[in-house]
Amino acid sequence: MKNFEFLFTAWMVVWAVFFVYEVTVARRITRVREEIERLKQQLQQR
Amino acid sequence: MKARFTITALVALLIFCAGYAALFIAPDEATMHAIQRIFYFHVACWNAMFCAFFVAFYASVAYLVTGKRKWDALGVSGVEVGVICCTIGLVTGPLWARPVWGIWWTWDAKLTSTFILWLLFIAYLLLRGLIEDPEKKASLSAIFAIFASLDIPLVYLANRLWRTQHPQPVIAGGQGSGLDPTMSKVLLLCLFAVFCVMLLVLIDRYRLEQLRNECAELKFEIESQGIDAFDGAATPTLQKGGQ
Repeated sequence: MKNFEFLFTAWMVVWAVFFVYEVTVARRITRVREEIERLKQQLQQR
Repeated sequence: MKARFTITALVALLIFCAGYAALFIAPDEATMHAIQRIFYFHVACWNAMFCAFFVAFYASVAYLVTGKRKWDALGVSGVEVGVICCTIGLVTGPLWARPVWGIWWTWDAKLTSTFILWLLFIAYLLLRGLIEDPEKKASLSAIFAIFASLDIPLVYLANRLWRTQHPQPVIAGGQGSGLDPTMSKVLLLCLFAVFCVMLLVLIDRYRLEQLRNECAELKFEIESQGIDAFDGAATPTLQKGGQ
């Protein structure tokens, strides 16, 4: 298939960017949830 | 959680079907052949970007009207996801252009206005990072997002208004435009698949922003009660509040 490397790269870019972005969002959500838990515990300890 | 897993699995299946249709079912284009298949995801990403930026625009206007924090959260989420879609479009475009036009990039009206749009929304994200006061950050961001959105119609209409290296629109482009029926169906499937991915990511990003707001409220509550929010020494704000 002619120009397959361009087609393959474009294909990979689309899903890789979405995937990496989703992973970073999920990680940020986990971090913020942990922070919320820690703050809630601090409030309860008072 | 189970519902979320089911939806994610369905979207993954949709991506697989769209990919299969774009690579194996859609007919070969007469002059560009296989490389034209980038079209199905290139166009779908631009469509997703327009939707995400429209969400950001709507949320920004709603924030300025109502002053509710949820609109600011939706606004920044729309912008960030829109920038991701725009980045994909700006990368897949040159990958298609190089074998077809013989160049990676040209400064024609369509490409330039799109690049400016990308820069404007990157500036929006940088602006948010520079302002500390939440109210000021939300208001200025909303105004900036509305200003940046003025470029969106220009991006869409550029190849209709001016002669550009970018081809004339194949859908609703007037006389002589149009797609093969199979190509149209595959394009619709790809548009829907990428839109669903964009929507899932947007929902997650919105959830993150709401959690951040919740976290900020908790910190404010702790500070106002004079509790050390951080391990070790009290922060300057806390000391001030505690006096």
